[in-house]
Amino acid sequence: MRVSNAAKAISLALSVAWVVGCSSPSTLTDGSGSSSTDNGSATTYGSGSGSGVNGSGVGGSVDVANLQTVFYFDFDASSVRSDSIADLEAHAQYLATHPTASVRLEGHADERGTREYNMALAERRAKSVERFLAINGVNGVQVESISYGEEKPAVMGSAEGSLSQNRRVELKYEAR
Amino acid sequence: MVKQVLLGVVLLLSSLVVRAELLIQVTQGVDAPTPVAVVPFGWDGELLGDDIAQIVSDDLGRSGFFKMMKRENMLSTPRSKEQIFFRDWRVSGSDYLVVGSLSPAADGQITATVELYDVLKEQQVWSETVNGNSANLRDVAHYISDQIFQQLTGIKGAFSTRVVYVTAEMLGKNKYRYRLQMADSDGARPRTILESKEPILSPTWSKDGSKLAYVSFESTRPSIYVQHLATGQRQRIQSFKGLNGAPAWSPNGDKLALVLSKDGNPEVYVLTLATGQLDRITRHYGIDTEPTWAPDGESLLFTSDRGGMPQIYSLHLPTRDLKRLTFEGRYNSRGRLTQDGRFLTMVHQDSSGFHIAVQDLKTGRLDILTSTGLDESPTIAPNGSIILYATKKGGRGVLAGVSLDGRVRFTMPNTRGDVREPAWSPYLQ
Repeated sequence: MRVSNAAKAISLALSVAWVVGCSSPSTLTDGSGSSSTDNGSATTYGSGSGSGVNGSGVGGSVDVANLQTVFYFDFDASSVRSDSIADLEAHAQYLATHPTASVRLEGHADERGTREYNMALAERRAKSVERFLAINGVNGVQVESISYGEEKPAVMGSAEGSLSQNRRVELKYEAR
Repeated sequence: MVKQVLLGVVLLLSSLVVRAELLIQVTQGVDAPTPVAVVPFGWDGELLGDDIAQIVSDDLGRSGFFKMMKRENMLSTPRSKEQIFFRDWRVSGSDYLVVGSLSPAADGQITATVELYDVLKEQQVWSETVNGNSANLRDVAHYISDQIFQQLTGIKGAFSTRVVYVTAEMLGKNKYRYRLQMADSDGARPRTILESKEPILSPTWSKDGSKLAYVSFESTRPSIYVQHLATGQRQRIQSFKGLNGAPAWSPNGDKLALVLSKDGNPEVYVLTLATGQLDRITRHYGIDTEPTWAPDGESLLFTSDRGGMPQIYSLHLPTRDLKRLTFEGRYNSRGRLTQDGRFLTMVHQDSSGFHIAVQDLKTGRLDILTSTGLDESPTIAPNGSIILYATKKGGRGVLAGVSLDGRVRFTMPNTRGDVREPAWSPYLQ
């Protein structure tokens, strides 16, 4: 148990490094420059390796219905957060073993900054998740990234609690 | 040779004189707004749907150049010159006086006779007779405002223009209603141009005012559409994989600058509308977006984070020379130029949030015009007098205006939902 956790942690760390490394020109730091943490929003959807994600290699055993499908991002950042990795890996595993399944990755930004720039930023988030799936064995034709910018907030309001819930990528199955 | 030089000097001087006159008027007007009284227009018929004199007074007041006299302070309500006691208006501090009368004409038309007087000189400055029908009295009023504004400032009035904007309502979880709307420049007479459950953004006018381009997600993916205002007909112009956004019409209307991410990340392209030819303008792994044309059509300005943070750049199309325009602050984006190309308005971030700022491209000076923290989408009136932008008031999106010197401010009347993405029309025919 301990060993497998450690191995998992290492593999997570490696994929984080990979994603960060290839998520093109660094992050977009903006004005206040503070990189906030939004634990509040992440916990809502349960963080980490819950629900039926133990199966490694046995594709059919992954129950995607119980996986997290909304993945949050730090302020002005487009790299996949560590609390997203376990469930994203499980989605990747499912997609890799179900070639007819497909997903839509919808990227979103919070309301700060200009709308078309946020459209680009939210696309960068969706593509960051797309790359994560690709390096975990998912065929590109199974994934479509769409950016909604700040146009479809999950919640209204300008407090950081609302903003952090709006910086997200929603993974939606088009076919299972 | 000497003669030529002399001639040059004379020409230069005379153009300076003309400009100086214009400038003095403008500066005076704004430093100490010129007091003007618009007297209720005479009318003996049944009550009309719109109060022309009030609309004119509101138009002029909103421009910031004038201080309008309130009706309750008026000692009399003259309808024409013989009823004016100039001394009364001098005493009450009005420099200019507008009087008018309406009378019924054939076919249900209404004729408005309007006169503008210089109170100190006791002279008529301008007079005109305008015809309209009772359904378009607002058009008549805005026309009169335009004439008076031009008489008193030397600047062409822009009250007869229109504004488009987007409203958004959240009807429930994951349930939204977006509307593209068009209203008069004062926000009156809003009408819906497009309604969708999916986002609409980045509306922009063709330079002749006959068409709009915008981004709509109605197919659940972003596409650029061009809609003809007269007929409501529209075509989908661009729908590649990835982003299709930020359309911007070239000054002569034959091209559309836009943003596509089909080649991997957001880049600026120019689409020639007649042929469908697509030219890629930017090549960088950073974000390049929000293009806007210089008035001469030779350069494209755009936002790029190639330096690490979003800043505004200018690319000269014939030479492909690239120049960074903004240096003050960490975040400057979505530029728009005045018609003379001298002033660049943008969204500028400082420690208190996102504000509307204007940069004089001649001197480099940057002025922050607004103090609210979520201001965006600045759009400039065709005469360069006012910037309209989107901001938040009480947690809701509203439109607000500020003059280029930051002295005049107003908020547009709000209907339902969040209002955002204003785009001011060019002069309309």
